[in-house]
Amino acid sequence: MTRYVSTIRLVITRDVLRAARSQTEALHPLIFFALCVLLFPFAIGSDEGLLERIAPGILWVSALLSATLSLEQLFRSDYQDGSFELFVLSKASTLAISLGKSLTHWFISGLPILLMSIPLCLVLELNWATTQVFLASLFAGTLTMSFIGAAVSALTVGLRGGGLLLAMLILPLYIPVLIFGSAAASNAAQGLPAAAELYFLTGLLILAVTLAPWATAAALKIRLS
Amino acid sequence: MGNSRGPKNPTKLVFSSLHKYASPRHFYHLSLSISPWLAWLASAMFGLGIVGGLVIAPSDYQQGDSFRIIYVHVPSAWMSLFIYVTMAAAAATALVWKIKLAEIAMRASAMLGASFTFLALVTGSIWGKPTWGTYWAWDARLTSELVLLFLYIGFIALQTAYSDRRVAARAGAVLILIGTVNIPIIHYSVEWWSSLHQGPTISKLDTPSIHIDMLIPLLVMASAFMTYYLAVMLTRMRCEILAYERNTNWVREFITARAHHS
Repeated sequence: MTRYVSTIRLVITRDVLRAARSQTEALHPLIFFALCVLLFPFAIGSDEGLLERIAPGILWVSALLSATLSLEQLFRSDYQDGSFELFVLSKASTLAISLGKSLTHWFISGLPILLMSIPLCLVLELNWATTQVFLASLFAGTLTMSFIGAAVSALTVGLRGGGLLLAMLILPLYIPVLIFGSAAASNAAQGLPAAAELYFLTGLLILAVTLAPWATAAALKIRLS
Repeated sequence: MGNSRGPKNPTKLVFSSLHKYASPRHFYHLSLSISPWLAWLASAMFGLGIVGGLVIAPSDYQQGDSFRIIYVHVPSAWMSLFIYVTMAAAAATALVWKIKLAEIAMRASAMLGASFTFLALVTGSIWGKPTWGTYWAWDARLTSELVLLFLYIGFIALQTAYSDRRVAARAGAVLILIGTVNIPIIHYSVEWWSSLHQGPTISKLDTPSIHIDMLIPLLVMASAFMTYYLAVMLTRMRCEILAYERNTNWVREFITARAHHS
């Protein structure tokens, strides 16, 4: 058990440190997220009522796209420098490594998105109650997406047309997260209770945390064969 | 206990015969003799079903003759789900027992599944125009069928991205299993989403019963679609087997024997 935990911790510290040291690259998902949100008012006009109504949807779609874009890099450098082989060949459990990698993706892309969305909620003039529900839904949603995404990312790393292929494979699988996440936020914006949606999201999160690492571990081994 | 695995061990016996029938070579010849029969059977049932559905079945008292597209629409929608389930079963078999034939069956089914899904969507929207007044509604069933199409397309794209067939098949198997866990979630979340945004759309199949004269051609057409799927899948599997086994002796001998024949 402690071996698992220490493997997970090692993987996370290694990748998060590496992301922190490459200063600008760690910011890319964040900047993309903000830019994506910024595009909507240009496209549909700055009509206050309309923007307020669709703000939760805008934020959710942008967060989802940003999380998808950063997925491609999750295994890329490992694949290029050979650590990918070591993940599978070493004595450490591939399951623990998969769990660690999924959490890494959340630390690198999910957590910054979560922090960045606070000022964006202010810009889009969501009230505080809505912002709270939105952040809760985004927390569960980004974690779920990181866990499912890691499996597909491991399957497609180093393939021709990797990024677009990855997006094609992963976006249909994200639909439930998007539905419940944006429903929770827009319910809260209308003053309706959002507990049911948050429960659903948590259920999806638990399902993803328990099942997806097995798929990621299988994908790691397949990608090496 | 390890020594008890003699040749008389029944489990081993079952597995050895399974391996014999699951050998690509054996299956190739089996499929070569079965698939023409299936093709004829499918054509006969198509003929019966089309005559039954377009001529014999009475027209609907509300929709008139436009309802007759049901005889293409519903069987293809059924097949689109059935093929995905078949692929999931083949994917699990391929990953657990590493049976080559399961990989081949899964790869051979993908394009058919995508085509049936596409057919269901197109016929659905053609039917939607006269009955709902629109080609597309964000109805739960329509939307989840569209998502299913994207899942099929993703699988096919992944297959072409890998250069090695066997690795591609195993990667695809993992993707299919992830999708299988997701399909019920997608279906119910989409249903829940669309019920939030609009009242329940009148779904024609939910009307409690369908007249027996209309039902029989529908079932005949469904069996025709199923037989067609089996016939085409077996043919596609034969092509895949030849490509998988192109470096083996039996394929070389088989091809040279065929070349001498013609």
